[in-house]
Amino acid sequence: MSFINYLSREINCKIVYYGPGLCGKTTNLQYIYNKTNPEAKGKMISLATETERTLFFDFLPLALGEIRGFKTRFHLYTVPGQVFYDASRKLILKGVDGVVFVADSQIARMEANLESMENLRTNLAEQGYSLDKLPYVVQYNKRDMPSVAPVDELRALLNPTSVPDYEAIATSGEGVFETLKAIAKLVLTELKRGGAGAGPGTGTR
Amino acid sequence: MSNPQMVMYEEEFNQIQVIVDRLVREANAQVVFIIDKNGQLIAAAGDTEQIDTTSLASLTAGNIAATGGIAKLLRENEFSTQFHEGERANIHIQLVGNRVILVVIFDNKTSLGLVRLRVKKASEELNHIFEALLRKVSDPNREAPFAEITDDDIDNLFND
Repeated sequence: MSFINYLSREINCKIVYYGPGLCGKTTNLQYIYNKTNPEAKGKMISLATETERTLFFDFLPLALGEIRGFKTRFHLYTVPGQVFYDASRKLILKGVDGVVFVADSQIARMEANLESMENLRTNLAEQGYSLDKLPYVVQYNKRDMPSVAPVDELRALLNPTSVPDYEAIATSGEGVFETLKAIAKLVLTELKRGGAGAGPGTGTR
Repeated sequence: MSNPQMVMYEEEFNQIQVIVDRLVREANAQVVFIIDKNGQLIAAAGDTEQIDTTSLASLTAGNIAATGGIAKLLRENEFSTQFHEGERANIHIQLVGNRVILVVIFDNKTSLGLVRLRVKKASEELNHIFEALLRKVSDPNREAPFAEITDDDIDNLFND
């Protein structure tokens, strides 16, 4: 649910990076954080375990520039990917304007990808959202790993509705900003259409 | 529960600002914030310069969300008040109308009792304002706020 402030002339939107454990959600945010000018970003917050696994969420506030005198601000969040943190994932999806699904391209992680995507659909539905109506892009991450599935195969499995999708190597930044731009653009386009901030409008809790 | 987009207009913002300014004075607090449940900062008053307000807003909303999740597990509707006591700073967090979060940060120049008392009064007033604001935003005749934005405007934002 975007927040439009006519007084400070700001549009604030929430983007959530979703995906299975260790797929690179936090790495996406870290790369964006490292490559963004200091004046365009706020502090990145990571609520992580001692072993650097996301415990609750990562948060990165980002300013992307102005549209007709309105500053566009995006709040990027990641969810904890590990299966047993499901209760936390649900909370972070509240008020989401756009979703990036980060898939792990490694063949061994295919089942985890599918399980996470199913989990995303279920958790969104619980809050009255439909993934098919929400601004949504897919990223096939870890393209540099040795045993990765071909993109066509990933696409057939994880992107049946043909939303914009991108190959990426988040550790080196490849595809990271392309993914971010794509989702930001979809969110703003939805906002322009007056889609109640791309949310359900009548979302139930 | 209906969950329309949050929009802030000058008129309502000014009403809210009057309340938070007064709360800082009357509760003898350091800082007062209003945050929506999704972590967006709506208004602030007091000595905000030393605080990363964006981070604070996001973490407070996360905190409220997690507490709400616990409440649900216990079949409680919501835990509407939280209080954290530190060595120098204390923080009082109040859910207002299950919609926005009122945060008061204070030190030992005041007391929890006074803060609670003032927060209670401010919450009621804020609730009225946000209810009216929501009615305004939910009006089906209201124009889509960004209908005038063109695809080119959006494209231009992403031209390197």
